[in-house]
Amino acid sequence: MKRAAWCLPLLLSACAGPQQSALDPGGSHAQGTANLWWFFSVLLGIIFLLVFGAWLVPLFRRNRGVDSQLLEQTHRPPAATEWTLAKRVGAASGVTVLILFGLLVASIVTGHAVSQPQSRANGMVVEVTGNQWWWYVRYLNDDASRIVVTANEIHIPVGRPVLIRETSNDVIHSFWVPGLQGKTDLIPSRVTTQWIEANQAGRFRGQCAEFCGLQHAHMALWVVAEPEDKFESWMNNQLKTAVPPSTPDQVQGQQIFLNHACVLCHTISGTTAAGQVAPDLSHLASRFTIAAGTLPNTKGNLAGWIGDPQAVKPGNHMATLPLRSEEVQPLVDYLESLQ
Amino acid sequence: MRILAALAGLLALTSCKEQRVDVRPSPARLAVFSGAARESEIQPGGSQSQPVVTNPVEGNAYAISEGQRLFNWYNCSGCHANGGGGIGPPLIKQVWTYGGEPANLFDTIIKGRPNGMPAWGGRIPEYQIWQIVAYVRSLNNLEPRTATPARADTLETRPGTIQNEVKGVTK
Repeated sequence: MKRAAWCLPLLLSACAGPQQSALDPGGSHAQGTANLWWFFSVLLGIIFLLVFGAWLVPLFRRNRGVDSQLLEQTHRPPAATEWTLAKRVGAASGVTVLILFGLLVASIVTGHAVSQPQSRANGMVVEVTGNQWWWYVRYLNDDASRIVVTANEIHIPVGRPVLIRETSNDVIHSFWVPGLQGKTDLIPSRVTTQWIEANQAGRFRGQCAEFCGLQHAHMALWVVAEPEDKFESWMNNQLKTAVPPSTPDQVQGQQIFLNHACVLCHTISGTTAAGQVAPDLSHLASRFTIAAGTLPNTKGNLAGWIGDPQAVKPGNHMATLPLRSEEVQPLVDYLESLQ
Repeated sequence: MRILAALAGLLALTSCKEQRVDVRPSPARLAVFSGAARESEIQPGGSQSQPVVTNPVEGNAYAISEGQRLFNWYNCSGCHANGGGGIGPPLIKQVWTYGGEPANLFDTIIKGRPNGMPAWGGRIPEYQIWQIVAYVRSLNNLEPRTATPARADTLETRPGTIQNEVKGVTK
């Protein structure tokens, strides 16, 4: 039994993975929240120990001659002692109020700090739109030819503040990348915002934090923080038109894509596929997951996903297509060539 | 007496059947075939009977709701609006030029019709066409009321023009 109790903290430590934990901050905003969490935990932990200590002391104290008679008859303290007790309780209550007020101030100060960037200079804006069950991502730019559209993966440069502008196409979702910032709801017909800023390179997993239907649990995203030059080269690649098919298999795969329902919902730039209701696939192979963070982006997973989407994410909105088995390989070949 | 009534109520609840939602279409419903209904009553050599093709998802609330989503996703609403018509004819009406039975609607979607209705056959899987058929019929109260939602499952509102400008931020 004791051993089992010792295992509990171990289990807890498993929660704090390097990729999705508010206690493992990758930026100033998440750092603020983490600091507040530690401040609360340590202060309240100490108070907890003090209170329980004060409660335990009389239990283990020597019995001072109160045995057979009822407590209230024998142990009623004299009036002077009662007054002392009243003063002590009053003082403890006052300290409690003060501490609670201090915690309130700390919360408000932190809440204000994490809602703003440290500096707006050199900032950028990324629009995130929630859909059942994936994330539409668009990098806004005054120059329309520099607007990038992607899905489920947000690349940001380290050290630059990024404003996430959020809305939803269907139901309320919530954008939550614990390593960078708290939650913000994505609400249909409204625009909400949050600032994120990474101070170290790395991948941060995010997750929809508002129950949004059957596949809420499989609505994840990744934020990839990388140095400025790497980010620029990623951006320049995303701006390119999708690579045309180069092998006979890929050519056949493209034809299969364009002749099935794929073309009605997805976009591949440079082709007739211009659907707007599903993730843009122009650079599918450059992302490292498919189906909104559900599966690693490999040929096998992609073939399984296309072949039977309802097996991977039951209830999702991707159509099950009447594909013949010999059509799957060329199609996957083509899609995985879209770097 | 009250206890008896409560017990009777509980018993009645057991007769409620949750509608089974099969999100995974059966392989037989993936193929795209064409021609569900005969277009003419007259047949040479005496009329032959033809099996009546029925909608496999008729009266299924999930299918109607999916049909509504697909109606927008595949841009049926681009011409028919939300059933009131625009570039295309209205879909809430009494008289159907090409028939209003499920099989007729299925054919209309698969084959297209003159003067602008595109042929969707070969593009979208059969089970989705039946879902759209169920939705279009629900617009005309031809599906059971219990399966037809009073409103969409999702909010249809969109944000107004999204303004790119954020004070003090260069992009």
